[in-house]
Amino acid sequence: MLSFIFRRFLTAIPTLFVVVTLSFFLMRVAPGGPFDLEQPLEAKIMENLQRAYGLDRPLVEQYLRYLGNLVQGDFGPSFFIRDFTVAEIFMKGLPVSMTLGAMAISIALVVGSLLGSLAGLRQNTGTDYAVVGLATAGVTIPPFVVAPILQIVFGLMLAWLPVGGWNNGAPQNLILPVIVLALPQIAIVGRMTRASMIEVLRADHIRTLRSLGMPTTTIVGHALRAALLPVVSYLGPAAAALLTGSVVVETIFGLPGIGRYFVEGALNRDYTLVMGTVVVVAIFVLFFNLVVDILYALLDPRVRYE
Amino acid sequence: MSAASTTTQAVGRSLWADARVRLLRNRAAMASLIFLGLMTIACLIGPYVTGHAFDRVYSDYVKVEASLAAHPAPEAIGPALDRVAARLRAKVDDFKVANDVATVTLIGIRPIDERSLALFERSDLFHAAKIVEKLDEGKKLVVSVPVERNYFFFGTDGNGRDLLTRTLIAGRVSLAIGLLATFVAITIGVTYGAVSGFFGGRVDVLMMRAVDVLYSLPFIFFVIMLVVFFGRNFVLMFLAVGAVEWLDMARIVRGQTLSLKRREFVQAAEVLGVPTSGILKRHIVPNTLGPVIVYTTLLVPRVILLESFLSFLGLGVQEPMTSWGVLISDGARNIQGATYMLVFPALFLTTTLFSLNFIGDGLRDALDPRDR
Repeated sequence: MLSFIFRRFLTAIPTLFVVVTLSFFLMRVAPGGPFDLEQPLEAKIMENLQRAYGLDRPLVEQYLRYLGNLVQGDFGPSFFIRDFTVAEIFMKGLPVSMTLGAMAISIALVVGSLLGSLAGLRQNTGTDYAVVGLATAGVTIPPFVVAPILQIVFGLMLAWLPVGGWNNGAPQNLILPVIVLALPQIAIVGRMTRASMIEVLRADHIRTLRSLGMPTTTIVGHALRAALLPVVSYLGPAAAALLTGSVVVETIFGLPGIGRYFVEGALNRDYTLVMGTVVVVAIFVLFFNLVVDILYALLDPRVRYE
Repeated sequence: MSAASTTTQAVGRSLWADARVRLLRNRAAMASLIFLGLMTIACLIGPYVTGHAFDRVYSDYVKVEASLAAHPAPEAIGPALDRVAARLRAKVDDFKVANDVATVTLIGIRPIDERSLALFERSDLFHAAKIVEKLDEGKKLVVSVPVERNYFFFGTDGNGRDLLTRTLIAGRVSLAIGLLATFVAITIGVTYGAVSGFFGGRVDVLMMRAVDVLYSLPFIFFVIMLVVFFGRNFVLMFLAVGAVEWLDMARIVRGQTLSLKRREFVQAAEVLGVPTSGILKRHIVPNTLGPVIVYTTLLVPRVILLESFLSFLGLGVQEPMTSWGVLISDGARNIQGATYMLVFPALFLTTTLFSLNFIGDGLRDALDPRDR
């Protein structure tokens, strides 16, 4: 197992390298630069700025230098958010995004698999249809519709919860954004659990358990373990996406996570900030893919890594 | 069985005929199919029927509430006449409305310039005014002004444009993007996946590794880059979205091709001497097409959502063109004062996505050979 993890870790490095290279050059080929304002800067000022940030060097040299810094864990200074390094921005924003994402993904896993297995166990009954309907609604109603509606209902009409803001992570500030983040995930997890539950319940080992007269709880326990396999492989990338922040939720609720920086950075041509986000997201994706593989081995005894 | 087959020719049921029967029996899917058809027709024909151009600005009707009643409301005519009269440097002495024609008596301090009566027509509430009577050396005018009847069933937006027309036009854009982007994604994905799966070996490893790399690239980054590159162009918009969404397709088709290559029924067909083209047509293509079709119907709503997400970020289609995403983000911003601005586009979008999802689920059930 350990050697498997180690090997996966080694294969992740070239992937990361390709991702960094690809996005570096993609970003640079795009027209415009970080200092292109509505009113063009004076040529001399522009030249000084370019030199200060090392943008006057050949692209390949810039790339190698960036790569060198990256290996040492240095993301460089932000071009647009002056006086901040990208690392500082992440240091502040990442905990916010991760808190929200972790809560949302846990809720999605628990509630989604619960509803899904309930629907799977009672296939083609009222409960089943209700869950499927809810799940479809959760997938189809976009978060930027749900979020303002929740804000109006709970924030303004009922005045139970604050409409937005972070407020140092106070619980009442977290509720609405976490719900908005979790709803589509609950829906997807619910649908997947239902589908695989229906399939697993027809499997031989469950039939054997039934024939042995095992109580329902035992049967469900065994079925759920198998039924959660596809959910786990879905939740890996989903967790990576959620933990690195959602642009929509962070914009609507005014949260200081890192999701927003991504769009802002790309639009402002904040090269280092965008590169930093790309690297962070890629690391999360690779890490969670590894976690998924390990979980697979734990859940499915047929899977062996030597 | 044998008795029946000797008397009548046994009619084989193909995979597709079978699937069709099962799909027709799925009530949710059929209802969704009909709904989607109606929605498409409404979006295609509707804008010509509503009586408003989608970019026509009614400056007198900014953020009108959604209602079935005609505009202007009877009580709104008086103030509107006062406004026009004030610009004519006159006062409304008296007015009567009968049969959608207002008979207005205007009094000015100086003789009223008859040419400026065109101001009535320029307002969104009235047609051209006609002078009925001229009194007091032109200081007192009796004019008949036909009232212009307008209907805004979904209300108007912040610029005074009819929201019904805009919602339907937006539907065209959203559905078109959904279909075209999906088409792009499917074309790339199927080709890529089939090639990768068919050749296998080193080519396969390399091609799938590339997919892995693209997976770990955050997709928003990709889309933003493409949008930045090509500018906010309608055609390139769906190309960008399609170029991002093909990865899953490629994986699905590759997996299918890999396993189909080695299936018994393919081998059996080979042994029986079925030509390769026959095997492909009869055994491999139908078997990959099932998941491809299912994935396609589920991809369309995803693409529409993705487009609306981009529009929410301000990267989508440009004014005065619009899409459901643009309208929804507009509505979300105006939710407090004008809820209808969010409700109608959101309703159109979600019902469409709902029906697409039901069709996808129905197709999956219909094409799943295990359920027979």
